[in-house]
Amino acid sequence: MAGLTLDLIGLQLFTGLALGAVYVLLAIGLSLIFGMLTVVNFAHGAFYMLGAYVGVYLLALGGNFWLCLVAVPIIVGTIGLVVERFLIRPLYGRGIDYPLLLTFGLSYVIVELVRIAFGKAGYPFDTPELLQGAVDIGIGYFPLYRLFVIAAAGVVLLGLWLFLERTSFGLIIRAGARDPQIVRVLGVDVARVWLVVFGIGTGIAALAGLLAAPLQGVIPEMGGPILVEAFVVTVVGGMGSLLGAVLAGLLVGVVVSLSSLFVPEMAKVSIFALMAIVLLIRPQGFFGRAGLMS
Amino acid sequence: MLRVEKLNAWYGSSHVLQDISLDVNNGEIVCLIGRNGAGKTTTLKSIIGLIDKTAGRVEFEGREVLSKPAHARFGAGLAYVPEERRIVPGLSVRENLRLGLVASPNKKKEAELIDRTATIFPRLAERLDQVAITMSGGEQQMLAIARAMISDPKLIMLDEPSEGIMPVLVDEMFELFRNMKAQGTTILLVEQNVELALSIADRAYVVDQGTVVHHASASELLADAEIQERYCSV
Repeated sequence: MAGLTLDLIGLQLFTGLALGAVYVLLAIGLSLIFGMLTVVNFAHGAFYMLGAYVGVYLLALGGNFWLCLVAVPIIVGTIGLVVERFLIRPLYGRGIDYPLLLTFGLSYVIVELVRIAFGKAGYPFDTPELLQGAVDIGIGYFPLYRLFVIAAAGVVLLGLWLFLERTSFGLIIRAGARDPQIVRVLGVDVARVWLVVFGIGTGIAALAGLLAAPLQGVIPEMGGPILVEAFVVTVVGGMGSLLGAVLAGLLVGVVVSLSSLFVPEMAKVSIFALMAIVLLIRPQGFFGRAGLMS
Repeated sequence: MLRVEKLNAWYGSSHVLQDISLDVNNGEIVCLIGRNGAGKTTTLKSIIGLIDKTAGRVEFEGREVLSKPAHARFGAGLAYVPEERRIVPGLSVRENLRLGLVASPNKKKEAELIDRTATIFPRLAERLDQVAITMSGGEQQMLAIARAMISDPKLIMLDEPSEGIMPVLVDEMFELFRNMKAQGTTILLVEQNVELALSIADRAYVVDQGTVVHHASASELLADAEIQERYCSV
């Protein structure tokens, strides 16, 4: 354990937060979609990957990273709207397993289509010029881009929070997650709300994929492992809870990051150990409501 | 105003409403009475659009609504206060009231309408920013009624509003119904407290085993001990 200084641990903690920020963005969409639509979206990782590929495509067309930050969630979110409207909507009212199987299959279709269109090899993704290099954060130098990822996630969360708390549509979403029936009686076409929620969730997943691209490169399979980790985050945070997704996302990021520093061979297992411990103590997760799945 | 003709409803394969027919005229208070499980709640739910499998005809202001989704019936001016009140957990009193306006053309006047509601319901006025489900049952019932009324519906359907509520609040509530009627709101009321309900109603339908078995003016029914005994005693 020589050379393990507090500063190093501190830096690793920040790396964990950057990783956690990506988890949070993925998990928040998963949680929103599950909380409103009771759809366990197994295609969420595929939308994440699509976000990175749409970014690659736009950059090749001559766009820049900042444009991508806006365009990617809109483009992939629109694909999400189409998927909800034409594939998922016919399955409402048939139980939780139908949309689960559909999105599971859909994720394979999307990955295969990307392989056909872009090849199996994958692409490197350059860190945007403005965000290259490292900055001194007091305990040492930390990659500027990772700080940017943390900040970007913060901005998205703040925006989402303002949307949910301050707008009528946000009020409908919060109420509809708890009691869709009363919302219908009060004149709201809930099918339209579900459509928008699915679009928002997939758009944020795509943004997460784009943000992760400079950290890990872009390959068709990039959505697989991270989807599993995002599910761990939503389970630990409590299915359907947004606050839970945020806290658990950051926690899981830090746990992965610190365990890869201390016990690298356990890094992959550590989050499942964390999930097991949380579930033993609190089966509904941090902020979950018991019985939501039944 | 509301005309229900041969309304049938099913829960799965069980046929719970059989040829229910009733009318509610503009400005009336009409009451549905009958035992628990007679089909009163299902009748209201079918009219508002919460029962999946229905047949027959429901006309509201001359237009057929049974084939329309629930949210469109709200748009036509029908409001419904369910028996379980359905105050949304996690939302404040004010947010529950705002929810009553999200789909209403009156949404622009939200602040004004919340003020108006606060004057009608002083108990809610003091608690606008409180989490709604921390209030007492009676206060929650008032909120459920206020939420349905805030959009100025033409007809409001109330399911067992007095259930489990302190008598003093029940009196307050029925006084409110009289005022609502005086303001021109039409009311279709389901109520276990038959005497109280008949005391404010114009007419009543007696429902038993999923169908209408008797129909009379409220004063006639109030005097008819035999019918009350046969269909309403628990």
